[in-house]
Amino acid sequence: MAQPAVIAPPLKDELDIVIPTIRNLDFLEMWRPFFQHYHLIIVQDGDPSKTIKVPEGFDYELYNRNDINMILGPKASCISFKDSACRCFGYMVSKKKYIYTIDDDCFVAKDPTGKDINALEQHIRNLLTPSTPFFFNTLYDPYREGADFVRGYPFSLREGVPTAVSHGLWLNIPDYDAPTQLVKPLERNTRYVDAVMTVPKGTLFPMCGMNLGFNRELIGPAMYFGLMGDGQPIGRYDDMWAGWCMKVIADHLGLGVKSGLPYIWHSKASNPFVNLKKEYKGIYWQEELIPFFQSVSLPKDCTTVQKCYLELSKLVKAKLGKVDDYFLKLADAMVTWIEAWDELNPLEAKPAELSNGASK
Amino acid sequence: MSLENIRDDEVDIVIGALHSDLTTFMNEWKPMFCRFHLIIVKDPDLKEELRIPDGFNLNVYTKSDIDQVVGSSTSILFSGYSCRYFGYLVSQKRYIISMDDDCIPARDNKGFLVDAIAQHISNLSTPATPFFFNTLYDPFREGADFVRGYPFSLRSGVQCALSCGLWLNLADYDAPTQALKPEQRNSLYVDAVMTVPAAAMLPISGINVAFNREVLGPALIPALRLAGEGKLRWETMEDIWCGMCVKFVCDHLGLGVKTGLPYVWRNDRGNAIESLKKEWEGVKLMEEVVPFFQSVRLPASAATAEDCIVELAKVVKERLGAVDPVFTRAAGAMLDWVRLWKSVGSGASSLRA
Repeated sequence: MAQPAVIAPPLKDELDIVIPTIRNLDFLEMWRPFFQHYHLIIVQDGDPSKTIKVPEGFDYELYNRNDINMILGPKASCISFKDSACRCFGYMVSKKKYIYTIDDDCFVAKDPTGKDINALEQHIRNLLTPSTPFFFNTLYDPYREGADFVRGYPFSLREGVPTAVSHGLWLNIPDYDAPTQLVKPLERNTRYVDAVMTVPKGTLFPMCGMNLGFNRELIGPAMYFGLMGDGQPIGRYDDMWAGWCMKVIADHLGLGVKSGLPYIWHSKASNPFVNLKKEYKGIYWQEELIPFFQSVSLPKDCTTVQKCYLELSKLVKAKLGKVDDYFLKLADAMVTWIEAWDELNPLEAKPAELSNGASK
Repeated sequence: MSLENIRDDEVDIVIGALHSDLTTFMNEWKPMFCRFHLIIVKDPDLKEELRIPDGFNLNVYTKSDIDQVVGSSTSILFSGYSCRYFGYLVSQKRYIISMDDDCIPARDNKGFLVDAIAQHISNLSTPATPFFFNTLYDPFREGADFVRGYPFSLRSGVQCALSCGLWLNLADYDAPTQALKPEQRNSLYVDAVMTVPAAAMLPISGINVAFNREVLGPALIPALRLAGEGKLRWETMEDIWCGMCVKFVCDHLGLGVKTGLPYVWRNDRGNAIESLKKEWEGVKLMEEVVPFFQSVRLPASAATAEDCIVELAKVVKERLGAVDPVFTRAAGAMLDWVRLWKSVGSGASSLRA
C-alpha cells in the first residue's frame, strides 16, 4: 500500500504532552501512532531512585523529585509528592504553547464505527477553534463540520472567544468519586456522546485531569494542581481545584472552556476505599468551596492570569481559611506557584493580557 | 427532589396544524401518540379542511373556537405556529408535549425509531441540575451518574420544567445560515440530554418541546410578532423570544431546563433565501435581547410564572420598548396572555383527572 503524503502532525513543535507516572509508561506503546512526533514531559512521582523506562523512539524529558527540588529549590514545596498533582510541574517547565496531559492508565478508545480515536488531534481541534461561552448553542459545537449556530443565536456572538481548555471524557471506567464507586462498582461508561460544547460563562464543572488539553499561553498559570498526597489532608481534588480556579479566571478574562470529545479508554479502577480516605475531607469541603467560587469576583485591574491567580489566593486565604488551616497553606502555595512560574517563564511578561472586549 | 411519576392521562400532545392534510404526520407518530390525548389547533389562516386519520383520542380547535374563547379580548394573534399556544391555553393536563406538523419520528444511531414522547416524559420526570455542570451529562440516565467533584448537596437537583428536543435533517437554523449552506442537513445524533446551566441563555426552538404546564404555563407566550412574519420557522422569532423569557423565569424560580434528546426528523420545506427577506428583522432584534436578559432582575416577590411574566412585561416595555416598538407590542401581549391564562387557562389546569 502506497504511503500517503506526509502531513506534519498539527502543532508538532508547539505542544508538550505531560504525563505523571509512578509505575511505568507501557501505555505509550498504544499511543505511539498519535504521540510519536510530540515531545513528552514525564513527571516521575514517588521514589526518585526508581528508573522509569520510556519506550523507544519518544522524544522526552523526565523529572523526578530530586530534579524538582533542584530546579525549584524551596519553592518545590508547592509541588505535591505522592500524588499525580505533581504533573503541574510539567506545565511550569514546558516551553510550549499547548499542553496535553493524560494519565498512564488511559488508552486509545474506539469510536462507534470501531475506528481508533486520536484524542490528541481532537483536543488540538478544540483548542484551535473558538468557544461560545455567552450563549448556549443547542446543536453544540457550531464550528464542527456539518453543524452551525441555530436560529436565534445572536450574530454578534458567533465569532466566539479563544479556547483556553479542552476537557475530554472517558469510556469504560468513569471518573466517579469513591462513594459512587462503592455503590456502583460495576458501572462502565459505554455511551459515546458525539459532541463538544462550551461550558457557559458563570458555570462551574468538575475538571478531570485524565484527558485534558489547554493553551498554556492563555491560562497556564491558573492550572496549579494544589497540595495533595504526602503530608496533605486530601487527595483526588487536585484537578478539581485547578478546574474551579481556572474557570473563574477564564470567565473573568473572556476565555472559553470546552468539554466533551475526545474520549479515551480508562482502564484502571482505583481502589474505592483508598479513594474514600483521600476524598473524605474534600466531600465536606467542596460544599464550602463551591459557593466560594460561585461568588468570586475579580477586580477589573486583574488583566493577566497571574494577577487573577494572586488575587484568588488572597480570597482563598481570607474566606476559606476558616474552613480549615489547609486553605491557608494552599493559599501560600498558590503564591509560591506563581512565583515559581514567573521565575521559570520570565519572557512571558506578555502574559494572557487580553482584550476584555468579548466579556460582558 | 424525587422522581416524578407522570401518568399518560396527565399529558396533552399539542399540534399546531399549518398543513391541512395531517394523515402522514399522524400515522407516522401513531405508535407514540396513540396512548395520549391530543389537541390539534388549526392555523386560523388555513382555509382547507383538516384531514385527520381515525384512531386517536383528540380535540380539534379551529378559528371559530379561538374567536369564541379569546375573541377580541386580546391582541394576541394565534396565527401560524403561534396557534399551538391556544392548545396550551385550553389544555387541562399537567404536561404538554408539542411538535411541529412537519416532523416525523427520527431514528437513533442503532436505527431504532425514537419515541420522542417517552423521552420528553423521561426528561420532565427526572430532576434537572442547573447549578453545576455534570461532564457526563444527565446523571439520572441509565448507565450514568454524577462525576467526581460534583457537590453532594446539589445532587438531588431541581424540578425540570422544560424539555427542549432537537432535529435531524432540517435543523432549526436561521434563514441566512441555511441560505448559505443550502445542502446542509443535520445527521449528527448526539446521544445526550443535559441541563442548561442557570444563567446561561439559549435559543429555545418551538419545534419540539415539552413542559410542565402547571408550573410554567403562563410563561410560554406568543408575544413577539415580526412585522414581516411568515408561516415558516425561518420567518418567525416568537419561539425564540418565548424561550428567552421562559429560561429567565426558570432561572428565577429555580426550575430546570433540559436540552438534547429527543430528536425528531424534520422534513425539508421552504426556501431559505425567500425567507431571508422576512426574517432579517428578527435577527437584528436578538442583538438587543441578549444584553437585556443579561442585566434584568426580577424582584424576589415574583414567586410564580405569572408574577414573573407580569414583572418582565413591565421591564420589557420600559427598556426594550424604547429600542423598537415590536417590544412594546410584545409586552402588551405578555400581559394579555397572563389575563387570558387567569380567565381561561388556570381554571382548566386545576382540573386534574
